[in-house]
Amino acid sequence: MSYRNDPYDPKQAVLLSPESLTEAVTAAQAAFGAASDLDALGALKPAHLGDRSPVSLARREIGSLPPAAKSDAGKRVNEARQAIQGAFDARFAALEVEQAARVLVEERVDVTLPWDRRPRGARHPITTLMEHMGDLFAGMGYDVVEGPELELEWANFDALNIGPDNPVRGSMDTFYVDLPGLVMRTHTSPGQVRTMLTRQPPIYVVCPGRVYRSDELDATHSPVFHQIEGLVVDEGITMAHLRGTLDHFAKAMFGPDARTRWRPHYFPFTEPSAEFDVWFAQHRDGPRWVEWGGCGMVNPRVLVACGIDPDRYSGFAFGMGVDRTLMFRNGVGDMRDLVEGDARFTVNFGMEV
Amino acid sequence: MKTSLSWLRDYVELPADLSTEQLDDALTNLGMEVESIVDQAATVKGDLVVGRVLTIEELTGFKKPIRFCTVDVGKDAPQEIVCGARNFAEGDLVVVILPGGELPGGFKIGARKTYGRNSNGMICSAAELGLSGDHSGIIVLPAGTPGEDARPIVGLDDVVVEVEITPDRGYQMSLRGLARELSYAFDAAYTDPAHLDAPGGTTDVPFPVSVEDTVGCDRFSARVVRGIDPNAPSPAWMQRRLVAAGIRTISLPVDITNYLMLELGQPMHVFDANRISGPLVVRRSRPGEKLTTLDGVARVLDAEDMVICDDTGPISLAAVMGGETSEWQPDTVDVLLEAAHWDPIMVGRTARRHKLFSEAAKRWERGVDPNLTLVALERAVQILTAHAGGTVDERVLDLDHRQLPGPILLDPALPAQRIGVPYPASEVVDFLSRIGCTVTGVNPLEVTPPTWRPDLVAGIDLVEEVARLGGYNNIPSILPPARGGAGITAAQRRRRTIGRAMAENGFVEVWTYPFLAPGLADALGYPIDDPRRSAVRLTNPLSEEEPLLRTSLLAPLLGTLKRNLGRGLRDLALYEIGTVFLPGRSSTPPPVMGVDRRPNDADWAAANMFVPNQPWHLAAVLTGEIAPSGWWGAGRTATWADAIEAARIALSAAGIADARVTVAAAELAPWHPGRCAAVSVDGTVVGHAGELHPAVVSALELPKRTVAMELDLNAIPAAPVVQGIRISTFPPALIDVALVLDRSVPAAEVEAALVAGAGELLESVALFDVYESDQLGEGKRSLAYKLTFRAPDRTLTSEEALAARDAAVAAAASRFGATLRGA
Repeated sequence: MSYRNDPYDPKQAVLLSPESLTEAVTAAQAAFGAASDLDALGALKPAHLGDRSPVSLARREIGSLPPAAKSDAGKRVNEARQAIQGAFDARFAALEVEQAARVLVEERVDVTLPWDRRPRGARHPITTLMEHMGDLFAGMGYDVVEGPELELEWANFDALNIGPDNPVRGSMDTFYVDLPGLVMRTHTSPGQVRTMLTRQPPIYVVCPGRVYRSDELDATHSPVFHQIEGLVVDEGITMAHLRGTLDHFAKAMFGPDARTRWRPHYFPFTEPSAEFDVWFAQHRDGPRWVEWGGCGMVNPRVLVACGIDPDRYSGFAFGMGVDRTLMFRNGVGDMRDLVEGDARFTVNFGMEV
Repeated sequence: MKTSLSWLRDYVELPADLSTEQLDDALTNLGMEVESIVDQAATVKGDLVVGRVLTIEELTGFKKPIRFCTVDVGKDAPQEIVCGARNFAEGDLVVVILPGGELPGGFKIGARKTYGRNSNGMICSAAELGLSGDHSGIIVLPAGTPGEDARPIVGLDDVVVEVEITPDRGYQMSLRGLARELSYAFDAAYTDPAHLDAPGGTTDVPFPVSVEDTVGCDRFSARVVRGIDPNAPSPAWMQRRLVAAGIRTISLPVDITNYLMLELGQPMHVFDANRISGPLVVRRSRPGEKLTTLDGVARVLDAEDMVICDDTGPISLAAVMGGETSEWQPDTVDVLLEAAHWDPIMVGRTARRHKLFSEAAKRWERGVDPNLTLVALERAVQILTAHAGGTVDERVLDLDHRQLPGPILLDPALPAQRIGVPYPASEVVDFLSRIGCTVTGVNPLEVTPPTWRPDLVAGIDLVEEVARLGGYNNIPSILPPARGGAGITAAQRRRRTIGRAMAENGFVEVWTYPFLAPGLADALGYPIDDPRRSAVRLTNPLSEEEPLLRTSLLAPLLGTLKRNLGRGLRDLALYEIGTVFLPGRSSTPPPVMGVDRRPNDADWAAANMFVPNQPWHLAAVLTGEIAPSGWWGAGRTATWADAIEAARIALSAAGIADARVTVAAAELAPWHPGRCAAVSVDGTVVGHAGELHPAVVSALELPKRTVAMELDLNAIPAAPVVQGIRISTFPPALIDVALVLDRSVPAAEVEAALVAGAGELLESVALFDVYESDQLGEGKRSLAYKLTFRAPDRTLTSEEALAARDAAVAAAASRFGATLRGA
């Protein structure tokens, strides 16, 4: 309708009036402001900024003005157009933020829905406790050694100064088998014997493992249970070193308040021998001394039977029940829970004890 | 060992205000385990008072004579009490428990109507008060005031102590020894009850005795008393002490021997001199000899047993238990008292052989002071004649063949060196002297232990005594310096890693007893010649039904699975890591190895060849859903494939690369023959996995399609040091191929052929579809693989990738006749 070569069309110059331009801006601002989403805003754009929008049409009319008026009119049109574009951009940005927020709201889920599609497994606390104990000693420079559960009688008894006539041998509730000279080991102490037979001092070892006594299963006994045995043989080893080691172990296991108390006792394989209690502040029935294990200085007869010079070397040994430790440390009330293999018992402990 | 505190106080001046805690601590720190310390005053609850019998009315018309009494118990009105005993008269002082009280054993006393009368309380016998075994009548007191507490008068104010003695300290099993020990703890004066002038052995003997075996019996002493009053009762104080010690009172002569065994620690025996035929002979038993011991058991004796014989043969199982024929009888008037010293090893063996752990045997086995025989006999004669009269034969038999041990040489610095406490030499001498040693010399000290301490034979034994008297809790706490160790072994670390991998994959660890029932081998379907049937057998199993040691972990693990199912769990994945017990490498029993030196290497090796092989195994069982159903939809039930995957997980955790693992169809009990895989590493079978045989599932009453896996962890080779690989940053070429083959061709082998044929450019191969249809040809199936090719140094051209694919397909084609589907 209006072309550059049109000489003059006074009717059309109406669009260039300041009132018209102001109205166009106001109308655009109102329309954009009312747009409820980006799509609506997009749909409004041609009407206010497109080729047929009032500001675009007004721009065309500039050509029909006298040269003197062109500059002023051009400036006004540009200002109007910028105002409309500004309104559009502002609204666009606002709607974009609004939409992003709305998407996030719409995508909200119930994060409390269960998703246990891969059941968790667990390790038995006896396993993890034995590992924990072994690691504590490994950290003190000890090796962790093992021995067979079906063991030579010689290693389980004789070499440990438990001769055939020692009353202790009869009182150990030993399981015998249909093979001569073998027993189910009654303690982890044959691990000491095997170690001393295969290496010379300095010896710093612990031997965790499964042991057997023919006790009926009840709340506090099991025919199969676990011990950890420690053995140190070196020059100048004293009972004070034994005490230091047990106190350190007790603190590592039970916290800084833990300490040991000793009672003289008899073990054929140690002399002097002691039983020891540990001060356990976290006991579920209140802080108290708890019987923990036996210990002593390795009897020179044991060193001799294992080929170690008892005049040059001395040593100490100690042992404690792993199951018993677990029971008081972790508040397990019944031995049967440890041995019956109920999955719920293990799962309760997870991966660590 | 059980005794009353008042008896102990006869020999050691304990503090008058000694508390239970102090006594407990002292005994514990001396090396005794305190079983109990019981204040007897508390064993009878309520009012136990002295009463004076005012009137007695005999009630008749009942099955037994009954008395209705009125008794002054210090109250305004006399107490009416019905009583069944008859050994008292009006005016006598008796012991009365008033209503509301309670006798030992929880017997509550109330006011009640009985025999038609009111009875408010009870007149007590010694037995009812727990004071003795005497039920013959109520206690009649010599003195007392009605209403006063009767406990101190009858001895119910005592404290009874029970301790357990360690096997090396026989001397503590007597008042003499216990009191001596307590004297150290309280630094208190001690009187040795054995410190007594006793007549020595005479040439002329009161009874002919010969000891043929002086090793088994190195001292035999005896005395004779004739014409005692067979009805003389044991004095009340003796009965009280015996009862407090838990020993039944029998008769004066027998009670005296028991009393002196407690007091001195010397077991004795009393014979009826008139029931012995001819001279006594002390010797080993002869094969086939029999003896009926006092407990009424007819025993066949062993050639090692020591016996005391007369002309009729064995009349006593020496040191352990007497025989019926020569024993004291209620009418015995002439007694032969015997106190001997027996070989502790012999007694221990005899006691174990005959399962006769008498009080005497317990003491002999732990060691008895050989110096006591004459002292004990003198004490016995004194007490016996004081209470039963009779004439003491002045002659004393004492056949003494003891060989006294020499002194122990002790470096006075040894206790400090071994204990870590700087005991001065003077303190070492002091401690050793206090326990009864004679110490001479300076360095070394020459220490002669007292005769009651046969446990002290070497320097280290003396070190222990120094440490004990010095106080164990005074030993300082010093951590020895670390020497540098290797920590845990590769095998231990591997077991941990496998255990963690299993747990992380949803398996729950349990452990089981290794004891099995013989019938389980049949239930598991083991063939008759299956090596897993040769199990080691316990000769003394806890349950006769489960005497065998496991040769497989699965057998007990299936039992645990069943227990879990029985407790209502349905979806289970359990595993165990443990040892099994297989035959040793040699059938030659271990050589005899001494302890006086290290066994030689050949003997030690031979012994270990005989020890059953005990490899570590891993077993796992699954039943129910391995992936649970839930709101997300259906779950997935564990299948044979999950069992095989469990084995792969373990092998991967063990550091074995997938490429070294092969899985092949196998047939092995207890698995389903069509659903069992042998799992191999480098071609060596290390275990099996799959679905259990339906017959096994049925026999063991397990859920259908239970699946299981077991690996021999010891058979898995050590993990290599893993080498790094170069990561290619060039893009991959992905090509799918679908191969048509016979259904019988295992997928694993097809994949192996593809891998072998594709060459080095192949990065990975994944089976993404298995399609079976007769349209492919009868008995055929299609396996579709996604092949990923990549070069380390360039982007592959499509020609290169296709050539590699063709090579892979060609390998499958030449080995298995595979054709490209749709080709």
